[in-house]
Amino acid sequence: MTGLTRVIEHRAVQYRRTYRSSVFTSFLSPVLFLTAMGIGLGGYVDRSGGAALGGLTYLQFLAPGLLAATVMQSAAFEATFPIIGGLNWQRTFHAMYATPLSPRDIALGNLVWMAIRVAMIASVFTIVIVAFGAAHSPLVVLGIPVAVLTGMAFAGPIAAFSATQRTPNRFNVIFRFGITPLFLFSGTFFPIESLPSFLQPIAWVSPLWHGVDLTRGLVLGTVAQNPGLMFAHLAILVTIVAASTWATVQTIERRLVRG
Amino acid sequence: MPPSPDSSLIHARGLTKRFGDFVAVDAIDFDVAKGESFGFLGPNGAGKTSTMRMIGCVSPISDGELRVLDHDPGTEGPTIRARIGVVPQQDTLDTELTVRENLVLYGRYFGLSRAECGRRADELLDFAQLTDRQNDEVEPLSGGMKRRLTIARALINEPDLLLLDEPTTGLDPQARHLLWDRLYRLKQRGVTLVLTTHYMDEAEQLCDRLVVMDKAKIVAEGSPRQLIDRYSTKEVTELRFPAGVQETLDGKLDGLAERIERLADRVLLYADDGEAVAVAAHERGLEPETVLVRRSTLEDVFLRLTGRSLIE
Repeated sequence: MTGLTRVIEHRAVQYRRTYRSSVFTSFLSPVLFLTAMGIGLGGYVDRSGGAALGGLTYLQFLAPGLLAATVMQSAAFEATFPIIGGLNWQRTFHAMYATPLSPRDIALGNLVWMAIRVAMIASVFTIVIVAFGAAHSPLVVLGIPVAVLTGMAFAGPIAAFSATQRTPNRFNVIFRFGITPLFLFSGTFFPIESLPSFLQPIAWVSPLWHGVDLTRGLVLGTVAQNPGLMFAHLAILVTIVAASTWATVQTIERRLVRG
Repeated sequence: MPPSPDSSLIHARGLTKRFGDFVAVDAIDFDVAKGESFGFLGPNGAGKTSTMRMIGCVSPISDGELRVLDHDPGTEGPTIRARIGVVPQQDTLDTELTVRENLVLYGRYFGLSRAECGRRADELLDFAQLTDRQNDEVEPLSGGMKRRLTIARALINEPDLLLLDEPTTGLDPQARHLLWDRLYRLKQRGVTLVLTTHYMDEAEQLCDRLVVMDKAKIVAEGSPRQLIDRYSTKEVTELRFPAGVQETLDGKLDGLAERIERLADRVLLYADDGEAVAVAAHERGLEPETVLVRRSTLEDVFLRLTGRSLIE
């Protein structure tokens, strides 16, 4: 446990150097998105009647989805470059491994740090949602841990993969063919029912869709309408996070032992 | 004298490291005593780094026996790592943080309090002659400064044993001498040093005792002086001939010295009186471009043992 906190401490000292611009960006991004798409584009969407969105304004529909999707992007970033840097560029993970810290401390410490970063981003985003009047339930607060869980469902598998890479070449593939399509087609900007039926299964296997749907249920307070589905979302996300945490410990350990 | 097994800080018998079919370290035996400065000398790929990584408990042994500080690296890695300092071949500093932050954070890995880390960082900054750069980022520092910081960092837990993997490779001569001076001070304070190098001058400067490694095996062991006495002559006469001449010398050098080595660009004649060899060569009518008489070094020992130069 203490070894893990030392790793987090290192990441926190690194973060201290950039936190001002980072916090500013965390605010700016949701403000811009919700203004442009929620209010600007949403004005047109709402004029055509809200039946397809279950009576919600487009801003209300978009805000929770965008929260989960933004967190996914940040988590994916945190799980790529800092991991490959620690193992291959700066090699700070090797420095840690030369001390009493274990590969497990190093892997878990970094994953916990990713969760902390993602929680910060999700919290700021949630404040912006409330400020825009897009929250409809006190349960909006629970949107934060669910967003973190969604983020970690990406950070975990990606971190496990990053630890096997010596160059960032394949990260482009993850972002171009993984993160970006999921960002667009996981029910963030429109209900997945609008997709042609043969494309809908893509959303079902996307961790983001589970996260988006669950976050939306909490932010809008509709979670009780379909508890079985909501529980399934939660179970799937928890399973992915648990399995990928284990995998990350394995791949980081293998890489550190190989030298 | 080699230490007896029970007083040694590192004890290895039949120590082996395999990567698949490749044998990186092939059943080597050695002991390192407390307070000793011990070296692994050998060319790149001889198995030095693999050996160091096993001692540092970051790479499991494939076969044989290894005890470090009287613990088993296989099961007590963290306990051992808490008491050793490691200077890896490649720097592992956090180059975006300051010099001081690097020291303090590293101390924290060992569970030291922030106050204690700060106190030790002050001392070590002074030792590494980096006090006036302590609040600068690491990235723009020179190679020599980064290396000194890495050594300072490895001392933050006041280790019983300091492992240095090629501490001066890639540094310019001035930076190397400054580093040797710092390591010599540590040696005088009684810190046990274990280092690898492919520089014979470094081994001669720093090592009380060393093993010569070649192709995963130990081929000789002793103090630098002992090795030179055993495997070489007091002096060496180097003759360099104009291009094409060396190939025509068949038999003309026979009997001039105890032993003759022909390298691509020169001929080495081993004898206790190098001056006499030079004179005798001249009397035979040989006309080398340059003649150099020098003392034998570990380079000559290596050449004798393996038939190859250390740095090719």
